[in-house]
Amino acid sequence: MKVRRTGRGNLGWTLVAALAGIVLAALWLAPLLWALSTSLRPEYETISPVFHWLPREWTLEAYAKVLGAGNVPRWLFNSALVAFLVTVVTMGVSLMAAYAFSQMRFRGRDALFLLAMLAFLLPFESLLVPLFRMMNSLGMINSYAGIVLPQVVSPVVIYVFRQFFDAIPADFREAAILDGASPWRVLWSVYLPMSGNIVWAMAIVTFIAAWNNFLWPFIIVTSSDMMTIPLGLTQTYDAFGVRYAQLMAAALLGALPVALAYLVFQRRVTHGFLAATGLKG
Amino acid sequence: MPARRRETMPALLMLAPFLAVFLLFFLVPAIQTFYLSLTESSLTRTSAFVGLANYATLVQDPSFWASLGNTFYFALLTVPPLTILGLLMALLVDRFTRAGPWLQGAYFLPFVLPISVMTLIADWMLQPSSGIVNHLLGMQRAWFADVHWAMPMVAIGTVWWTVGFNMLMFLAGLRNIPRELYEAAALDGASGFALFRHITWPQLKPVAGTALVLQLIASLKVFGQTYIMTTGGPYNTTRVTLHYMYETAFTQSDAGYAAAIATAFVVIVVLLSLLQGWVARRLGGSS
Repeated sequence: MKVRRTGRGNLGWTLVAALAGIVLAALWLAPLLWALSTSLRPEYETISPVFHWLPREWTLEAYAKVLGAGNVPRWLFNSALVAFLVTVVTMGVSLMAAYAFSQMRFRGRDALFLLAMLAFLLPFESLLVPLFRMMNSLGMINSYAGIVLPQVVSPVVIYVFRQFFDAIPADFREAAILDGASPWRVLWSVYLPMSGNIVWAMAIVTFIAAWNNFLWPFIIVTSSDMMTIPLGLTQTYDAFGVRYAQLMAAALLGALPVALAYLVFQRRVTHGFLAATGLKG
Repeated sequence: MPARRRETMPALLMLAPFLAVFLLFFLVPAIQTFYLSLTESSLTRTSAFVGLANYATLVQDPSFWASLGNTFYFALLTVPPLTILGLLMALLVDRFTRAGPWLQGAYFLPFVLPISVMTLIADWMLQPSSGIVNHLLGMQRAWFADVHWAMPMVAIGTVWWTVGFNMLMFLAGLRNIPRELYEAAALDGASGFALFRHITWPQLKPVAGTALVLQLIASLKVFGQTYIMTTGGPYNTTRVTLHYMYETAFTQSDAGYAAAIATAFVVIVVLLSLLQGWVARRLGGSS
């Protein structure tokens, strides 16, 4: 990445590109900065007829209110718990399945794998009605299990892990098996350590997706107590009325964990998303 | 290589958790969706088998066609800008060695935000009286209550929110172009736009085809944005197909008919997925 790849260009092109790059970046960050600026005002300033880019009086009052009263802390907790459970279970289920699909020999393996990949084609949205009916009859409406379980079916993750396992030379596995290791042992001590980066990448991407998932929690959760933050935020008008400083504070609090995860792990997130779309291994 | 027989049991044990969730939360619901579409059912009870009656109603249901029209209108408003801007952003990120990662961070950041954060910020910015957009334009327009502006505004919010993903796809495509091609062309005296036209674009065409169709499918699956920002209004001008399905199932409790809508929707999406393969192959073949 040391040389510009899309051509050397002359100074004029470089200036145009630099200008376009900066203008677009400013446009893309502006809504977030404006939300931040709003969240740091006292409430009366947000409805003031006089317009100011920055708060005239800087205050963390909105954050204190949002965290001190109402359901926002509870929603943040629910989101953290749900995203964590979805990530851990998805990784466990998918790693085991990918290992079996990639490294083990059994009758019907390819047919089963194709069937699993069918889930690529059918959009989750089309399953909502029967899924809700099933959860209803199992008494799992408004339960963590009900929120988490349908989210752990992830053929994409299995596909990516299987591709990765396929590329690991079989010698490693055979040596371990000769030493008497069970398949679990081989997966855990041989394949997993060699797959660190891709596992991290998929775990972060899964976590972000689970934190942000709106549709399924929207269907399965009806009680305010069980809402995750993306769902809870849509209820905030009821909670705060038209208090824009508090709404923006709540929105930014809900975005903070995923924004941080992204900014800290940008390379891994990038890698994970690209692996998920099948463009890069 | 160990004998096949010895590995069948451990393999099934390894697969058991996946098979359990896959069967329960994907395969069975998928089959049920189709079965339900042939019945008259409420949200909790299955009543009579009615054959294709739901589909007969569907083809004559103006609300369904209107929602499908709204869905395609949304796709029309989002797919071209998302693809073109995504490409432009990728070119900019790729061009600057030092600043590239910073630009990438700025363009991609909105994509990782929850949908309700995007919609809350959009709602605040578009407020009729205190919103920043009206302030800058010197207006007092209620954008989401305006039949002409509601859908375009949802589309603009969506472009801001999701363009980073397309940028990423194009960026991966750009990084896969062999550098020797540029060096050879530069020796021939090509520069600037000529390099893009003769090397970058032909090499990028398969990625562009994939991005375009993935984007189309994603746009057709729109629900959250319109539901939260406009609840389908004004006058149902932003009520999309999945919103209509949701209302039919969860408000009208007509699960059979909702399943028919879902099945019709799946057929459309699957046809477009197959189209993706075809388009990608054609674009790939011509480069």
